Amino acid sequence: MKYPFPVGQVDFIQGDEAIARAAILAGCRFYAGYPITPASEIFEAMSLYMPLVDGVSIQMEDEIASLAAVIGASWTGAKAMTATSGPGFSLMMENLGYAIMTETPLVLVNVQRSGPSTGQPTLAAQGDAMQAIWGTHGDHSLIVLTPATVQEAFDMTIRAFNLAEKYRTPVILLTDAEVGHMRERVYAPHPDELELVYRKLPVNDEEAKYPFGDVHGDLVPPMPIFGKGYRTYVTGLTHDERGRPRTVDAEVHERLIKRIVAKIENNKKDIFDYETYELDDAEIVLVSFGIVARSAMRAVKELRKEGIKAGLLKLNVVWPFDFELIEKIAENAERMYVAEMNLGQVYHLIKEGANGKAEVDLISKIGGEVHTPGEIVERIKNDLR
Amino acid sequence: MYLKPSYEIRDKYLRKDMLPTIFCPGCGIGAVLQYTLRAIDDLGLTQDEIVWVSGIGCSSRVPGYVNFDGLHTTHGRALAFATGIKMANPNLKIIAFMGDGDAAAIGGNHLIHAIRRNLDVTVILINNFTYGMTGGQVAPTTPKGLKGTTAPYGSFENPFDIAELAVAAGANYVARWSVFNYLQGINSIKKALQKRGFSLVEFLSPCPISFGRRNRLKTSPEIIRWYQKITVPISKAKNMSPEELEGKIVIGEFVDRDRPSLVEEYEAYKKRAKKMMGWEE
Repeated sequence: MKYPFPVGQVDFIQGDEAIARAAILAGCRFYAGYPITPASEIFEAMSLYMPLVDGVSIQMEDEIASLAAVIGASWTGAKAMTATSGPGFSLMMENLGYAIMTETPLVLVNVQRSGPSTGQPTLAAQGDAMQAIWGTHGDHSLIVLTPATVQEAFDMTIRAFNLAEKYRTPVILLTDAEVGHMRERVYAPHPDELELVYRKLPVNDEEAKYPFGDVHGDLVPPMPIFGKGYRTYVTGLTHDERGRPRTVDAEVHERLIKRIVAKIENNKKDIFDYETYELDDAEIVLVSFGIVARSAMRAVKELRKEGIKAGLLKLNVVWPFDFELIEKIAENAERMYVAEMNLGQVYHLIKEGANGKAEVDLISKIGGEVHTPGEIVERIKNDLR
Repeated sequence: MYLKPSYEIRDKYLRKDMLPTIFCPGCGIGAVLQYTLRAIDDLGLTQDEIVWVSGIGCSSRVPGYVNFDGLHTTHGRALAFATGIKMANPNLKIIAFMGDGDAAAIGGNHLIHAIRRNLDVTVILINNFTYGMTGGQVAPTTPKGLKGTTAPYGSFENPFDIAELAVAAGANYVARWSVFNYLQGINSIKKALQKRGFSLVEFLSPCPISFGRRNRLKTSPEIIRWYQKITVPISKAKNMSPEELEGKIVIGEFVDRDRPSLVEEYEAYKKRAKKMMGWEE
C-alpha cells in the first residue's frame, strides 16, 4: 500500500499533522470533523490524505454531527476518528455517551484551548481533563491519553486506535494547542513495524445474537457490524445482552453499566501508562501530564542540581486511573506537586490517590502559557524555605 | 396493485420478541411502517442490505421492531449518523425513520445539510404535528393556533413546511401524503428507495392521544376527516391563490429529479485527488 507521506523514516512535522498521519497508519479510513482552532490542521491533513488511501474525510455541519458520523462509520466496521477543541468537545458530549453506551470503538482528539466558552483559541490549556473523564452524563468509563511531545502524539494516536478496538470503547486523545502546533522530529514507523489491533467480530450467528453480552468472559462483546446479515439493533437506551431496550429494569441497567465500566477498570494495568524520572529516592514528587510534563522534567533536573531530592511522575493516561500506584509513590514522598494548566483537575485524582500519605499541592497556571521550569523550581524552593 | 395479507408482511419483517409496540391506539406510525415494509417487499430488497436509522421519539422506536440492522441514535441526529454509515459503506441502503420534531427542530440543521449534500438516504417522516412521546408539546410543524402542552393557548409560531423545505434544499425526491393515501404512499416509498441521493416521503400521521385530544380531534377517524379537509392535491393547489391555500397542506409528489448523489460525488472526488497528486492518470 502506498502512503501519501514518508513512512519508516524521520520527518519534521506539527503535532496535529502527526496525529493525522498516525491515524492513517493505524488503519483509520473515516474522518468527520468541523473546523476549530487549534485542531483544524488534523482535519486539513486528513482531507489531503484520505481520498488518496480510499478513505473518507468529510466536513460536517457541526461537532455533534461529526461524532455522530464517526459512530455510524464505526458500525460499518471502519476505524474512525474526529478531532476538536474545547467548545466542540462540549457539543460532542451527548454522542460521546452514546458511543460509550453502544460500545462503539472510535478515537476523539481534543486539542485543548482554554475555556469556558470560546476562551483562548490559539493558546494551550489543560482545562478539559475532568470533562474528558466525566463530561457525558451517567455512570461510565472510557480511556483518556495525554501526549507531551509530537512523537508521543503520533505514538499515542496509534495506541488510541488499538485500545478503542481492543475494548470496544471511545478513546480520547487529550492534547493541547502547544503539542498540536509545535514542530518536532517524528519517526513514523513503516507499516510492517506496527502492531495493530482490530475489534473482535462474531464468529457465528450464535455469538452475533449477543452484541452486548459477555460472550467470551472478557467483558468485551464481539461487534456484529452492519451489512453482514446479523441484523443487529443498536440503541442508546438501556438494553439487554441482545440489544433489546429494557428501560425500566433496574437489574438490566446495573448489569450493563457495571460491565461497561468493569471492562475498562478491570484492565487498568493494561491501559494505564506512566513514566518516572529520578523517582526512587525522591522526597518531592512532581506529577504532570502533557506539555507541562516537559517543564516539570527540567524542573526536576534543576532541583537535583541544587541538592533537592525531586522526582517526576509523568502521566500518559489520566483515565482509567491507577490510584494504588499514586498511594505507593505517596508513601515514599514527603510532598507531591501537581503541575497543570488549569485551576486543579488531575490534582483531585492525585490527592485521592495519595490518600493522605503525602501532602499534595497544586502548581497551577492558566492564561495560555506553559509553566516555565523556573516557575516550578521557584515555587517548590519557596515552600521548602 | 396486489397487496399481500398484512400477516405475511408482519411475519417476514417484524421482530416478534419486541412486540407489542409502544404505540398508542389510533397512532399512524404502524400504518406508515407497513407501507415501508410493503415497498421493500415489492422491490425485492433484502433485509441484509438495508440499515434503519432513527433519532428519538415514538417514530424512532421503529428500527427496534423490524428485523434489519438498526441504529437508534440521539435526538435529531439520525441523518448525521447515517452520513457516516453510508460514506463508510456505500453498499448499504439507508432508511431514516424520523419524526417531525426529530427532523425539523433539534435535527433541522442535519436535515438541510444532508439534503444539500444529497446524501443517499430515504427519509420516512412521520409528521403528527406534535412531540408525542414527551407528552404533546408543540412542534415546528404544529399549525398556528393549535394547542400543545407548551402552547396551551394555541401555537403562536409559524410552522415549517418540511416537504417544501426539502425541495428548496435540493432533494432528489420529495412526496407528502396523509396515512390514508396508502397506495400513493407505498408507491412514493418505492420510488424513494430506488433513488440515488436524498429522498423524503412525509406522512401526516394521527396522534390522537398527545395531539388530537388537546385539539378536539380525539380519535384517529376524526383526525383523518380533518386531514381530508385541510389537504389539497398538488395538481389542484397549482391553480389556487395564496388566500385559498391559507391553512391548507399540499399533498402529492413535489419533486423527482436525479442530481448526482453524495456517494457519486465522493467517488469522483477521490479520482480527482489521485489525478491531481499524480497517483493515477
